[in-house]
Amino acid sequence: MVETGHFALVLAFALSLVQTLVPMFGARMNNQKMMAVGGPVAVTGFALTALSFAALAIAYATSDFSVANVWDNSHSLQPLIYKITGTWGNHEGSMLLWVLILTFFGALVAAFGSNLPATLRANVLAVQGAIGATFLLFILATSNPFARLNPAPIEGRDLNPILQDLGLAIHPPLLYLGYVGFSICFSFSVAALIEGRIDASWARWVRPWTLVAWMFLTGGIAMGSYWAYYELGWGGFWFWDPVENASFMPWLAGTALLHSAIVMEKRSALKIWTLLLAILTFSLSLLGTFLVRSGVLTSVHAFATDPTRGVFILCILTLFIGGSLALFAFRASRLTAGGLFHPISREGALVLNNLFLTTATATVLIGTLYPLAVEAVSADKISVGAPFFNLTFGPLMVPLLVVVPFGPLLAWKRGDIFAVAQRLMAAFAAALLAVLVTALFIDGASVFAALGVGLGFWLICGALTDIAVKSGFGTVAPSIMLRRFAGLPRSVFGTALAHLGLGLTTLGIVGTLCFGTEKILSMHAGETVQLSGHTLRFEGLYPAQGPNYSEDRGRFALLGADGSTTAVITSSKRSYPVRQMTTTESGIKTIGFSQLYLSLGDEGTDGSVVVRLWWKPLVTLIWGGALVMMAGAAMSLMDRRLRVGAPSRRRKSTGAVPSASLP
Amino acid sequence: MTRKQKRLSVIAGGLAFLGAATGLTFYALGQKASYFYMPADLTNASLQPGQRIRLGGLVEKGTIERGQGATVAFSVTDNQKQVKVTYTGILPDLFREEQGVITEGTFRPDGVFVADSVLAKHDENYMPKEVAESLKSKGVWQESKSD
Repeated sequence: MVETGHFALVLAFALSLVQTLVPMFGARMNNQKMMAVGGPVAVTGFALTALSFAALAIAYATSDFSVANVWDNSHSLQPLIYKITGTWGNHEGSMLLWVLILTFFGALVAAFGSNLPATLRANVLAVQGAIGATFLLFILATSNPFARLNPAPIEGRDLNPILQDLGLAIHPPLLYLGYVGFSICFSFSVAALIEGRIDASWARWVRPWTLVAWMFLTGGIAMGSYWAYYELGWGGFWFWDPVENASFMPWLAGTALLHSAIVMEKRSALKIWTLLLAILTFSLSLLGTFLVRSGVLTSVHAFATDPTRGVFILCILTLFIGGSLALFAFRASRLTAGGLFHPISREGALVLNNLFLTTATATVLIGTLYPLAVEAVSADKISVGAPFFNLTFGPLMVPLLVVVPFGPLLAWKRGDIFAVAQRLMAAFAAALLAVLVTALFIDGASVFAALGVGLGFWLICGALTDIAVKSGFGTVAPSIMLRRFAGLPRSVFGTALAHLGLGLTTLGIVGTLCFGTEKILSMHAGETVQLSGHTLRFEGLYPAQGPNYSEDRGRFALLGADGSTTAVITSSKRSYPVRQMTTTESGIKTIGFSQLYLSLGDEGTDGSVVVRLWWKPLVTLIWGGALVMMAGAAMSLMDRRLRVGAPSRRRKSTGAVPSASLP
Repeated sequence: MTRKQKRLSVIAGGLAFLGAATGLTFYALGQKASYFYMPADLTNASLQPGQRIRLGGLVEKGTIERGQGATVAFSVTDNQKQVKVTYTGILPDLFREEQGVITEGTFRPDGVFVADSVLAKHDENYMPKEVAESLKSKGVWQESKSD
């Protein structure tokens, strides 16, 4: 089975070369037969990669330690779920997952792209094939997951205990679906440049792919953040770690792309810019892959530090980023410029959004690469952390968040800012009320904290205002309003949901950073501690045995007002004998949207234990907001207009007022 | 405004915006980037009082002292010089004697380094990269026994 997997991977590589060359020459020579090769080859290539991935997963599930990769990252005593997720909990397997998802997207284009112009489809598949070919070559040449060991060891070396968590089942697949999903937008852009032609149908095709990739990337980042939050025991949700930034940059650029693609689709303006953004977004995904996988950075994600791999990925990076940008430089002037618009208009608002987001992306990029550059040219080793990003990223985000509610309410082409401001009065009043309540009634609230809470409410109420205004709230009879509400395009709800989610996340971040409290103390069994109105009693340490670890569980009782136990929170110190590693499992109790978070430290000689406790108000909104943003993207995807293959029926069936025609 | 003027004003606006952001970025890099030092590097380094740095090295054997509550004191060494470090909080799971650590914080006037974060290596193959490289360049690196 293992050799079958390896063989399938080699075949997939060969097919990806066919997928690159044949359709591309077919498109040049206008040969229908050659162009038609792309589709079936892409689907077959996906099937072969899937077979290869399945072979590796089976080797993991059955603990086949004759495979070096399995031996290095698995153990027979691990629970089955961690055996399977261990497939991508290592460098080789995660690259295989990367390529699997890449070929999956290629196959999707092949399957659903029958109504695309033949040459565009052929070129898209060719570019997608080229990306696949380089990464398959990378796996086969430098990171073969199927290498055998002879003699086969009896027992494996265990998966890194930090990765033995459900998070590994969710975070990498979601993240890769996002990262790699942007490859489609990239392929479409390069194909458009090769053809020297771009039109509104191009944008209609690219927008749903951007939405899909963005949705998954949002989920992947949020899941990674929550995983780090509960697993590392440091109580933080974002560390501005280079590896986090590597996924955050494509997200920021992708968010910009999402918005500029709207302008392009609706108004056929900003064509060249949208194209460039699509190229940049996937380039940042590639850069992220390089940063994480090449070993230039040290982190839990850097499984391997084999220099040949780094050089190989760097070559891929240069080829695709350099190649596509060069193509852009030569061909972009051929593309026709789009429609005109007044600065105060929906288009203008979206341009502003793009300006802020791309600049923010640039600051994150500089902060991430600067230490590497400094180290390369001098002996100095520096680190750029949260203080830098708070000073640069923060000031860029706040004005953007302030103007978000204006955007969807402005009309296309020429908008009336005063009319929009008038409509937003209620949202503004609500935000102001939130500021005043926070400043007056919450102890220790700084001006910044109060304004931050106000900003969250402003975003949330602004999103609701958008829906209310578009349903005709206050201007038409309730029955007509309901009908309009039901008839609003899904994408309007999508926008409102995504902006509402942004508000929730903002509220969560402000709540946690400004109103959170923490305590570090050493406790004996039976002692109690107070934190932000919660009383906890330490019950003591109890040893326990897991499948492949032993642990000391610290039990804490959360006491009610009458002194009775209302909940038990457990935090433990686990030790994994195979890797001789200790991990801390934090104890978390969710109360409303807030969480009580505690983690165990070292045991003292007198039997006391160091305990660190946090009260994190509204912290769950950070990730909850991300889920709402994903729901918004999903809602937008369900919009009939974006559903490829069913574009025309809507016009007749709904009597909704199209958002564009609203004042 | 003509199309050309409009485009020019958009470009000028964008450039001004980018310029402001770039200025801010470089100001922040100058102010907020923290440098990495080993104990022996500190004699040549000119540190401002209160400047945040990252101090790396090995936890010197026999120097870990647990004080009141969650305060811990230990020495970080590169086998040439030592620096006394205090830290209040939970040490990482992999914090041990003679292991590589990176601490981040500021010097107190009496020369004790007050760390607000301590990072230790993540697994048995991994030592903070800066520490490993600096130890190698100082010739006190020992290949780990595993592998």
